[in-house]
Amino acid sequence: MSGDPTTDPGGPGTPHGPDQPGTPGGPEAPDTPRLDVDALLSDTAVRTVVCCGSGGVGKTTTAAALGLRAAALGRQAVVITVDPARRLAQSMGLSELDNTPRPVELPASFAAPGGSLHAMMLDMKRTFDEIVEAHADPERAQQIMANPFYQSLSAGFTGTQEYMAMEKLGQLREEGDWDLIFVDTPPSRSALDFLDAPERLGRFLDGRLIRLLAAPARTGAFRLLGAGVGMITGMLSKIVGAQVLADVQSFVSSFDAVFGGFQERAERTYRRLQDPGTAFLVVAVPESDAVREAAYFVERLAADRMPLAGLVMNRTHGTGAEDLSAGESMAACAELERQGGHGLAAAALHLHARAADLRDREAALRGRLASAHPDLPVAEVPARTRDVHDLAALREVGDALGGGPPAV
Amino acid sequence: MVSGKGGTGKTTAAAALALSLAADGGRVLLVEVEGRQGLAELFGRDPLPYEERKVAEARGGGEVVALAVDAEAALMEYLEMFYGIRRAGQVLTRFGAVDFATTIAPGVRDVLLTGKATEAVRRREGGRRSRREEAPYSYDAVVLDAPPTGRIAQFLCVNAEVAGLARMGPIRNHADKAMATIRSSATAVHFVALPEEMPAQEAADGLAEVREAGLNPGFVLLNMVHEPLLPPDVLEAAEHGEVDTEALAQGLKAARLDAPRDRASALAQEVTAHAQRVGAESAVRRRLRALGRPMLELPFLGGGIDTDALFRLSDRLTAQGVAR
Ligand SMILES: Nc1ncnc2c1ncn2[C@@H]1O[C@H](COP(=O)(O)OP(=O)(O)OP(=O)(O)O)[C@@H](O)[C@H]1O
Ligand SMILES: Nc1ncnc2c1ncn2[C@@H]1O[C@H](COP(=O)(O)OP(=O)(O)O)[C@@H](O)[C@H]1O
Ligand SMILES: [Mg+2]
Ligand SMILES: [Mg+2]
Repeated sequence: MSGDPTTDPGGPGTPHGPDQPGTPGGPEAPDTPRLDVDALLSDTAVRTVVCCGSGGVGKTTTAAALGLRAAALGRQAVVITVDPARRLAQSMGLSELDNTPRPVELPASFAAPGGSLHAMMLDMKRTFDEIVEAHADPERAQQIMANPFYQSLSAGFTGTQEYMAMEKLGQLREEGDWDLIFVDTPPSRSALDFLDAPERLGRFLDGRLIRLLAAPARTGAFRLLGAGVGMITGMLSKIVGAQVLADVQSFVSSFDAVFGGFQERAERTYRRLQDPGTAFLVVAVPESDAVREAAYFVERLAADRMPLAGLVMNRTHGTGAEDLSAGESMAACAELERQGGHGLAAAALHLHARAADLRDREAALRGRLASAHPDLPVAEVPARTRDVHDLAALREVGDALGGGPPAV
Repeated sequence: MVSGKGGTGKTTAAAALALSLAADGGRVLLVEVEGRQGLAELFGRDPLPYEERKVAEARGGGEVVALAVDAEAALMEYLEMFYGIRRAGQVLTRFGAVDFATTIAPGVRDVLLTGKATEAVRRREGGRRSRREEAPYSYDAVVLDAPPTGRIAQFLCVNAEVAGLARMGPIRNHADKAMATIRSSATAVHFVALPEEMPAQEAADGLAEVREAGLNPGFVLLNMVHEPLLPPDVLEAAEHGEVDTEALAQGLKAARLDAPRDRASALAQEVTAHAQRVGAESAVRRRLRALGRPMLELPFLGGGIDTDALFRLSDRLTAQGVAR
């Protein structure tokens, strides 16, 4: 029997609405604590909510939906999005990527008095430039920004986007204009990439090879290891070309003059996430890879003493007739096929069997997660028939997250 | 080349495609480049070394050989071939210089990866010593599980990047050869999409980029399609919430289920949701058709993809005319 996420009883107008979050788990699924989203959004001690998770699970959607709901709860919210789907960006009035929060025009019924929503799309290069400009004198800043290696580093290096999201968050927090900042994290295969980015970038910029290139005179250690510096740089320039090496060299010396050790800065940026004003939300979908990733991530947050608020299980599936099992439904379908006629009912039973089967497999996955992390609060968002790309749909996702319309 | 948005099924589709192309006595090389051992997992094997290994027997005889290209190993192979410097390579590795080089110059990594894959396309039987142009090719086809759409144009247009890197060295040579194969009519870039907005958009964007770069666009493969269980007219009505609940209740009663009426209205909503999903999927399909490329479809298979499921997907491709 094949599962089938076709039936989306989470869609508008179905009985399986957001106010019934506890879809029956598998028989042995422990009771999962419910994530109280509104309490989180109303808690004045919480200043930042970071949405993490593996690729395509709904991080951007969740961040935007939460921002909208925060506005509906009377808070001044800003969402830093990284890669919103085009239509979602348009619906929030984000037509350009200018790295500055812009007000989202909300219909009167969307925001409570005092509540507002701003949104911005992260421009990682612009953010990097801003950091350089803030720390270097204009001449040196120009020099750095004109360097071809800096340009590729700031435009597309592994980890740059993640790190710049953290830097931008730091900036917005210092500016202090918002009650709550929602951070969407970059699309990457693994949620862990977000946490690893500062270290990776710092280690690279402070790494021994880059040191060696920057200051060949001080590299006696390499000789001890039996490799001539000249031999290594010679090979490297054969591989990447002499110009690239020269660019890296001149980048490192001007960058160093400005930042000293970059690793320290990166560590500071990272540690800011540990402060109690931050709440991490892990977003997942009920598929084995995503749930496994989410579990890794939860464990990593604990190991790094990062404050975890809970997990958002997005795109869950239920059925309209919860008490009709997949087996019963398939048997009834077979019976009708034997009798002949009743085509509609046979098809409906077949569909229901697929849906019930999918629901059961999802419940088993959730049950496994709940036994490994029994204290992890969870909020569920049913799969919708259509993508989420307007404010109305975002509000419905927010209602699912909050267990109903916001009570103001 | 098989590209598409992340998670759309590139690896799965590439493997199914390789099986179809190998059917009835072919020999196909299936290459992965992202260091994730996705092919080993798919074919239920231990991680693949940097070596061409048979992983499956195709229908009617024929074989699929897999290769997990690793940039570091490819670089070592390369340095040894051109400079005869194995030891230097080892030193570079020890210092993390290879990682460093491919980090500061990602184009180099791409050249190494595409270089290896395209070499297999050009390779003829009899090894290096065989200079005979008429010797048969080692592989009838090479299928590359390529990077996702966001990186595909950059990945394949290695030349432009490398031109700035090593202007005359053998890497440049390597890049030129790879590029010649990639640009030739022997290569096509296929896109995998799902019947959802974002993956379809990415396929469209990727296709446009590939066209702009002067490469050959291939087919668009719509993956994980939910096959409709009801005739079109019933679906169309159901999409708007019109389901014959009476007929449904009669049917449930005939199947001797309890509470047929209550259940009929619950199931009617499931039918509507299904119809809406099918409707949304058709809208995406129409949009993809408009891109003007041949289209292939694969059904959503519940319960995961094991080797058996992979063969079923391959059979679907074969039935749609995919063959050597
Ligand atoms: N037709 C299908 N029916 C059901 N499941 C499928 C189908 N095609 C792929 N899948 C499943 O979808 C998931 C993603 O597939 P796959 O790994 O092939 O995607 P990918 O595009 O290679 O992903 P990535 O971008 O991470 O490399 C896998 O779990 C795979 O088993
Ligand atoms: N609950 C849901 N139901 C239906 N579609 C959803 C849901 N959540 C997200 N989506 C859609 O899934 C796609 C990926 O979501 P997105 O938030 O961009 O993921 P991420 O930021 O994690 O990559 C988008 O097209 C979005 O509209
Ligand atoms: Mg996103
Ligand atoms: Mg893959």
